[in-house]
Amino acid sequence: MVKLVKGTIEDIELTRAYNQQLIALAEEDPRIVDVEADVGNCIFGPEFQKVFPDRYVNLGVCEQSLSSVSAGLSAVGLIPFCHAFAAFASRRMCDQNYISVAYAKNNVKIIASAPGISSGENGGTHHACEDIALVRPIPNIVIMDPADSTAMRWAVRKAAETFGVFYIRAERLNGYRVYEEDSEFELGKANVIRNGNDVTLIAEGSLILNNCLKAAEILGKKGISARVVDIFTIKPIDVDTIIRCARETGAIVTAENHSITGGLGSAVAEVLCDNCCVVPMKRIGIPNRFGEVGQPAELMEIMHMTDKDIAEAALTAIAEKRRNEK
Amino acid sequence: MDELKKFALEIRIETLNMLSKHGFGHVGGSLSIADALAVLYGKHMKYDPKNPKWEGRDYLVLSKGHCGPALYSTLAIKGFFPREELLTINKLGTRLPSHTDKNLTPGIDMTTGALGQGVSCALGMALGLKLQGKKNIVYSIIGDGEAQEGQVWETMLIAPNKGLSNFIVILDNNRQQLDGFTDDISSLGDVCRKAEAFGWFAVDVDGHDLAAIDQAIEECKRSEKPGFINLKTIKGKGWPAKEAVLGNHALRGAAFEGVDEVLADLRRQLEAMQ
Ligand SMILES: Cc1ncc(C[n+]2csc(CCOP(=O)(O)OP(=O)(O)O)c2C)c(N)n1
Ligand SMILES: [Mg+2]
Repeated sequence: MVKLVKGTIEDIELTRAYNQQLIALAEEDPRIVDVEADVGNCIFGPEFQKVFPDRYVNLGVCEQSLSSVSAGLSAVGLIPFCHAFAAFASRRMCDQNYISVAYAKNNVKIIASAPGISSGENGGTHHACEDIALVRPIPNIVIMDPADSTAMRWAVRKAAETFGVFYIRAERLNGYRVYEEDSEFELGKANVIRNGNDVTLIAEGSLILNNCLKAAEILGKKGISARVVDIFTIKPIDVDTIIRCARETGAIVTAENHSITGGLGSAVAEVLCDNCCVVPMKRIGIPNRFGEVGQPAELMEIMHMTDKDIAEAALTAIAEKRRNEK
Repeated sequence: MDELKKFALEIRIETLNMLSKHGFGHVGGSLSIADALAVLYGKHMKYDPKNPKWEGRDYLVLSKGHCGPALYSTLAIKGFFPREELLTINKLGTRLPSHTDKNLTPGIDMTTGALGQGVSCALGMALGLKLQGKKNIVYSIIGDGEAQEGQVWETMLIAPNKGLSNFIVILDNNRQQLDGFTDDISSLGDVCRKAEAFGWFAVDVDGHDLAAIDQAIEECKRSEKPGFINLKTIKGKGWPAKEAVLGNHALRGAAFEGVDEVLADLRRQLEAMQ
């Protein structure tokens, strides 16, 4: 069971939580290696290097090799955690991730930092608006976007202990703590963060989960009780929880730091559709457009991903539900 | 040469000014290419600031797109857009994003930022111009870290095979990348010999010696082969405290401390030359 943190406690960067956990796990398991492609500094890689100089491999700027080389490391018994910015970990490594890593059934963990619009000032080339859409069709891959440092630590441990391909997004930005440290998660199990009956807000990642919680407050002032769910693993997705929320609240809003095409919103819609449980639903996320430079908060405004946008989407979905009820 | 020297100083001043006022940016690699940009835009390239898309122009693809600020300064000094606009760097809605974008900025010929791709696009431009019987030259600036991308070496193989004498690649070999010193991560070794072996006309040059850069470009233009210039540069050149030290790749906030004195000193040097 997960235990929720009460009140607002500022969290550390999820990249730092990742790094700390990887060091702890590497103490226990000599097969773990940290493989980098010249953005190791952006995920505190030198900290790992200090403790395990021989198990820190920086290949240079060559993401395609990062993926295939990691596949090779896995083939001789190591457990590579390979890291790149999400844009490059998905787009640039796409075929290598598919063939060398997944199709060849290698045991590789892909760490994708600065996902979605969180790369802010690096602009459109660095925004990873479509990484989930690119990796989601890969059979058996596990995709996670941990919402806080506790979830990140659990995700990294699970990835190390489970043979297979994991794609873990790691926000660089500071967010807020959601889970108590002794929380127990389950792979493929979403977590209900806030109870409610009128609508369910389903989020992925820390940036957007925070917006959903604020949206729930806004809705609360209007007398609407919103349930908030942290999806935790985007693949495998928690079919049971999604269906239950659809049945119990009758309206759904998904919110993601990703394009509305092919990510969480699409995945949830697929679940509703496949289970003949379609309810009024709206998707919040990066619309059909490219990224641009700006601060993440500004970008969320222009991409309509703020708490207000989420609340508004919820009102639309609820209105549709009520119309259907008549 | 004095004009070029002044031009290079101005590029450094504008670059440091805009990045420090904004409080974030890729300082090191922008400063290391200032001299090469001064020679290209001060002497060799054909262009018309009032008509950036003029068909007779030479093209430049800044494949290491994160160093856009140095190129923006160059273009602003040459009148492609007002100098004041430099201060909009990286602001929401700007025409000057951190990485160069051909659809936003007058004078930018290709959109870059994902390392390794720009130089391939440049090859495509050189090939396309050649296929159309045109004489324009295509220049592309790559980084030494960037040269670790496999795509760069595909370009190295293709260009001589397609006889692209109108193509000049300039390697800003500042021996540093994001995570540290290139030789500690994955050294390029004797990159000039490698380029030669791939079929390029290749020269080693002190990347802060304007006359030497000028001569190297001249020789590349004359050669029947595609040209490769290995610019030996210093990352952060012009800001003594940041030259060739760890942590000079991108600066944020407090890391700009001391920039005012550097700017004052660069401005004094410029005045002394007027
Ligand atoms: C494909 C890709 N991978 C990673 C990055 C992130 N990145 C930006 S600059 C840089 C280092 C580049 O080093 P170098 O080419 O030597 O540039 P310079 O020293 O001139 O700044 C990296 C890894 C990127 N922009 N594109
Ligand atoms: Mg370099």
